[in-house]
Amino acid sequence: MKKIDIAVVDYGMGNLRSVSKALEHVAPTKTVLVTSNPLEIAHASRIVFPGQGAMPDCMRELDARDLRDSVLSAAKNKPFLGICIGLQMLFEHSEEGDSLGLGFFKGNVKRFVAADMKDDNGEKLKVPHMGWNQVYQTRHNHPSASQTHPLWRDISDASRFYYVHSYYVKPDDEQMTEGFSEYPNRFTSAIAKDNLFAVQFHPEKSASAGLQMLSNFVNWLP
Amino acid sequence: MLAKRIIPCLDVTDGRVVKGINFLELRDAGDPVEIAKRYDDQGADELTFLDITASSDNRGLILHIIEQVASQVFIPLTVGGGVREVEDVRRLLNAGADKVSINTTAVLNPQMVADAASRFGSQCIVVAIDAKKVDNQPFEWEVFTHGGRKATGLDAVKWAEYMASLGAGELLVTSMDRDGTKIGFNNPLNRAISDAVEVPIIASGGVGNLQHLVDGVKIGGADAVLAASIFHYGEYTVKQAKAYMAQHGIEVRL
Repeated sequence: MKKIDIAVVDYGMGNLRSVSKALEHVAPTKTVLVTSNPLEIAHASRIVFPGQGAMPDCMRELDARDLRDSVLSAAKNKPFLGICIGLQMLFEHSEEGDSLGLGFFKGNVKRFVAADMKDDNGEKLKVPHMGWNQVYQTRHNHPSASQTHPLWRDISDASRFYYVHSYYVKPDDEQMTEGFSEYPNRFTSAIAKDNLFAVQFHPEKSASAGLQMLSNFVNWLP
Repeated sequence: MLAKRIIPCLDVTDGRVVKGINFLELRDAGDPVEIAKRYDDQGADELTFLDITASSDNRGLILHIIEQVASQVFIPLTVGGGVREVEDVRRLLNAGADKVSINTTAVLNPQMVADAASRFGSQCIVVAIDAKKVDNQPFEWEVFTHGGRKATGLDAVKWAEYMASLGAGELLVTSMDRDGTKIGFNNPLNRAISDAVEVPIIASGGVGNLQHLVDGVKIGGADAVLAASIFHYGEYTVKQAKAYMAQHGIEVRL
């Protein structure tokens, strides 16, 4: 089989063109393949796991294509980037349609409750949370040169990324959180564990900050 | 905190971006990719393309534009105009649109909004509402279709609630009384809709200066502001608009 540098997992939910175009833009010499073939996913060096729409539909379509094992295996073994519902599906359960996720991490996916949410001027906050919000990078006390995760390299703290979602993840293990935003309360918007990084926002739609993150992912050696 | 968005709107016909002068005398405004890139460089938060092609023969040309723009500009792209069926939505999303705006069809066939939202997700379904102030109805603002020519008998505020309940993820509210006037958004209309729904609203129609953008957010309660002419004719850059909004205490992405 031909070398595949980056496989974008396609399970029939939404438009993957944006993600693949953005990856091709930051890594013009790499092979980027949008695929629903488990063999190609197993063969690829890096995996991007996106997701759009409703989580119950995403889970159903993933299983309809028999991709659950390929995705879980990739999440354990190679550089893996989850985006939006691709982040949410890694957890055990979502309030959206009361659906089960892949359960790769312990924790739940919860809905923003619009009725309770106001900004500093007393204006109602809308759901979905749509638009550009600041992402605060988590600083850890590990002894490496950088205190933040390698995927934040050359991205200023509190840079804005583009979001569109009504649900957010709540990991049991707070230590997994590599970034968070406020709407109006703090919620986890980036997590990491070993070879895996996953974000709630859309790096492929987040102009220069997003492209930098994708470039960092392409060059990441976890 | 979440920033209020500024969205330049580009009119497209027969596969080219055009500038209209009083809706007549459309002239070629240049390469769509170049224009999109320029707005991206100025800090536009999203871009909206409105397909105003009259003949259905050339309507597919918008797909080519979106494909080109989406491979080089990495901010959200919305496309509207002539979206009639779920298949049109699929084609536009596959070409690289992130959201598709549905206008007349939503009135003729509301089920299409529900079908598109359930198939592709609410995040990519925008319903465009063209409203006009009327005095022959028991409500204040009526929904119009066909570019403001056909009255529908629908109350714009109730209509907005209904569209959100069917799965619209965002509403683009255009005041037909204000469009092209440069006297500012219809803030009472926007405020009434914004207060009635949970989803974000984009204010459109009537922007003539930067204070209008501030008022659209502060008075009208808009989550995003859309403008065409003030940006196209070089009166203001998106960057200047954002700086002005920031000075007036509005959170923007600088």
